[in-house]
Amino acid sequence: MQTVKMVITGPFSSGKTEFIRSISEIEVVSTEREITTEAERRQKDVTTVAMDFGRITVDDDLVLYLFGTPGQRRFDFMWEILAEGMLGFVVMVDSAKPETFREAKSILETFRAYAPTPYVVAANKQDHPDAWSAEDLRIALRIEDGVKLLPCVAKDKESVKNVLLELLYSILEEMES
Amino acid sequence: MPLQGNIRDFSTTQLLNLINLAGKTGTLTIFEGVKTGEKDAMQQDKMAPGRERAKVAFRAGKLVFASMDTHDGNLASVLNKAGKLTDEQVRIIRERAARTTDKALALLLINAGYVSQNDIVNSIQQHTLDVVYNLMTWNQGPFRFEDNVLPGSDRILVPIDLENVIIEGARRIREAEKLVEHLPNLDFALRFPDNPKEKFKGIHLSVEEWRVVSFVNPKNSIRQIAKANNMSEMEIRRIVYGLEQAGLVELVKPPGMAAPQTGIRRPPARTTPVQKSVVDKLIDKLKSM
Repeated sequence: MQTVKMVITGPFSSGKTEFIRSISEIEVVSTEREITTEAERRQKDVTTVAMDFGRITVDDDLVLYLFGTPGQRRFDFMWEILAEGMLGFVVMVDSAKPETFREAKSILETFRAYAPTPYVVAANKQDHPDAWSAEDLRIALRIEDGVKLLPCVAKDKESVKNVLLELLYSILEEMES
Repeated sequence: MPLQGNIRDFSTTQLLNLINLAGKTGTLTIFEGVKTGEKDAMQQDKMAPGRERAKVAFRAGKLVFASMDTHDGNLASVLNKAGKLTDEQVRIIRERAARTTDKALALLLINAGYVSQNDIVNSIQQHTLDVVYNLMTWNQGPFRFEDNVLPGSDRILVPIDLENVIIEGARRIREAEKLVEHLPNLDFALRFPDNPKEKFKGIHLSVEEWRVVSFVNPKNSIRQIAKANNMSEMEIRRIVYGLEQAGLVELVKPPGMAAPQTGIRRPPARTTPVQKSVVDKLIDKLKSM
């Protein structure tokens, strides 16, 4: 059986878990949990990371895994492990939180450095009243024209499908070029 | 004349008991065993000391220092493992303060406000205990105890009472025996189950568990996963047992198990180039969802 992997990355709370949950055929294994006590915070700081993964079975011989990266920057050493062998990646951006744009750009550059695979940027939370449009985001994030920047609502399956399809089309284009 | 032998005959727990009761000061070194080709009185292979695997120091019967070949024991690494320094900070320290002693580095880090003295003491203590608990589960290897030999003065020595270490170590040995019983063959592989159940939502994974999960693939044996993650057999057994009990992974006999495998296969590996037909299939699947 062949397995292929796509990585869904982005700043904390950008909608990675929601994105994977909308499309995965299995219950997403999610480790995100609210931290309520100082003791738990200490525990999490020391040993716990957030990790999500979902799966789409194509047929008996092919499975697509969707891996969501840990949101905490201090666990970024894991990103490289996750990035290895990925077919492509999606950078999620919370369009309504401009204070996270810089972090999103930094994550994008980090993943580009890991592997020269195709990627798309998903301008998430487009249903939010304060959301920046995809085109405004392109300017704010300084995304090159050749890179797809797609409006997205991570809780909407069709929207998620569209982002993944666009990424796959980019992968095909690269293979054919 | 140093005390020497093999932990096959005189276990680490017995050695710790002896050192504790006698209030000894010195350093215990455990080596990789190299077969000499001779047999002892019990018809077991005689072992000569080979590569050094672990070093544990004691002062007046208290544990004060431990290092292992797989656990870099310098202060920067210890603090990194304890989550007190980031990888980037460790990299910078190694670049700029490679020749700084642990004590000098500790002072620098405290003065710069990166860590407190308690952070340093607790992190070193935890590192020392991790090493000792690990080697208490070993059942093979030549050892040598040298009286009145201690690590260099650049090292930070944190005294730890041996009684509790011995009790906890003994508990872990029992646990280790159970784990071996549960998972005797590390040549098995792991795979994700078809339907992770609802109750496993919100589960917490440690860094080490996460590392193992990232290698889950029916083509990777558990032994290969351990090697790729620099984990001991006990560490990987404990993690796999936990993941299996949580329903996150299943044990599988890997294809061609009898044949020796070379190299670890990373999860969904790019090493096997993805064909265009695979991408076409993915597109068709997504369109149909």
